[in-house]
Amino acid sequence: MVASIQGAAIPPAAQTEQAPVKLEVRDLTIRYGNQPALSNVSLDIREHEIFGIIGPANAGKTSFLKTVNRMNTFNANMHVDGEILFNGLDVRHLKNVYALRSRIGVVFPLPVGLPMTVYDNVALAPRLSGIKDKADLDIIVERCLGRAALWDEVKDRLDSLGSLLSGGQQQRLTIARALSQEPEVLMLDEFSIAVDPVTTMRIEDVLKELKEEMTIILVTNLVQQARRLAGRTAFFLNGECVEIGETEDLFTGEIKDRRTRDYVEGRFG
Amino acid sequence: MSGQPMTKTADMAAFDRRNADWYIDKLVQVLVFIGGISAIIFVVGIFAFVTKEGFGFILDRFDFQEFFTSPYWYPADEDAPEYGILALIAGTASVTGLAMLVAIPFSLGTAVYIAEFASGKTRETLKVLVELLAAIPSVVWGFIGLSIMNPLIIELFDVPVGLNVLNAGIILGLMAAPIMTSIAEDALKAVPDRYREAAEAMGATRWQVIYKTVLPAAKNGLLGAVLLGVGRGFGETMAVLMATGHSINMPGSVFDSVRALTATIAAELGETAVGSDHYQVLFTIGIFLFLITFVINLTADLIVRGIRKG
Repeated sequence: MVASIQGAAIPPAAQTEQAPVKLEVRDLTIRYGNQPALSNVSLDIREHEIFGIIGPANAGKTSFLKTVNRMNTFNANMHVDGEILFNGLDVRHLKNVYALRSRIGVVFPLPVGLPMTVYDNVALAPRLSGIKDKADLDIIVERCLGRAALWDEVKDRLDSLGSLLSGGQQQRLTIARALSQEPEVLMLDEFSIAVDPVTTMRIEDVLKELKEEMTIILVTNLVQQARRLAGRTAFFLNGECVEIGETEDLFTGEIKDRRTRDYVEGRFG
Repeated sequence: MSGQPMTKTADMAAFDRRNADWYIDKLVQVLVFIGGISAIIFVVGIFAFVTKEGFGFILDRFDFQEFFTSPYWYPADEDAPEYGILALIAGTASVTGLAMLVAIPFSLGTAVYIAEFASGKTRETLKVLVELLAAIPSVVWGFIGLSIMNPLIIELFDVPVGLNVLNAGIILGLMAAPIMTSIAEDALKAVPDRYREAAEAMGATRWQVIYKTVLPAAKNGLLGAVLLGVGRGFGETMAVLMATGHSINMPGSVFDSVRALTATIAAELGETAVGSDHYQVLFTIGIFLFLITFVINLTADLIVRGIRKG
């Protein structure tokens, strides 16, 4: 089991190609006012892959994630052109953006433990979607905390405030919360910024397992993290998608663009 | 798509279908919009009413120069009524000014103490006390001015009358201080602790931390507190009516009795015939007060915006 998951990092190319496309991005251009943040990005993200996006600050990585589940509606100044097809439907024209967001989980850079108990943090979304039965909620909470590798640490204090957990625990709580609605896609935006290396490794192990159940988009500025986790990786730089390819290819030579090599080898950024 | 499991197909439809939650969300948005708009409609309605009542005077007999520059207010004179509110403006302004001199140091000092130095029981007790003080009715403050401050001022300063700018200014200052303290304390508490930690980590003393970090960060809220106090000063009626002496005067010193704009309306409106010149000129004063409050709020807003940009 473990071997097959780790093996997936260097997959037979054909296998990845066969998985159906989960997210199809065509000519995506994002502007803040007149300031371009991302121009003409086209890429496909397939089911059950971990798709890495690397690049330095201001590359447009976070803006990209925001458009996928339409968080751009929070920012009136943000203009989006191009198509984003989720399961074949253009997210920009969906009638029910809330239903869309409930199918796409997001983990932000800084952990956000909501000011309620650990239990309520994880049970929030299931309750919103109408699950009231305590036994059902118990199952969901335990399973999600377990999958986020947090259950053993908090099972005796589910009633304490989520915002009082340590940074690393809060980030795993955030992941547990994102998993509570069984999302089809999980987007992580530089999740390890405020997390210690040991916790980071534990979360990375969790992600490798979650890949079996969902599609993961991993935005990171740790090049080695993308190498450890992502099957395919895109390199964003100053609003441009410089290169997309099998992650290993970015490190082992078959690079089309010199800037990509400079970045992954740590010569800048 | 035939190869997709059933659940996926169902999910796809869900994004494109408006469910009960979506409609509830829209309904709530509409209700909140109506709620928000109605506040504006009420204010506009009140302004329209006040304007309507005072408008006849403004159109027919309003003499801009007399109104704002003459200190003679004899609206009840049957032969030659005079409508100059300069003395009333001076009364209101002098009392409010003195009140702010009293209230700003008191309220900001208390707020800094409660928010930055006091802890535990002391702090909770003080907060409750401050809120209790804010709830004292203004007529009670007026009574204190009349029965305690009045003889005290006569005795201390050896003046014939104790109902004057000094009396009303102190009373109004004490009255405005609790609510200003409350707002200022909220503003200080809203400053994140990491600012204090970052400043303390550089060896700054507690006062330096407050002076250099906390106060600048809370600037907007503190300014809001002060302007709320100024607004309170302009609008306060009963305590001012009782403590100023209510006699028309251009104040030369703090020991002169004065009369405030608000107190004039309160004292005279009941005795005028509806629709008469006197009645209408009182509403004109109302419009003027309305505009002053508007300008104060607008100034506060512009200053706050300026701070945000800078």
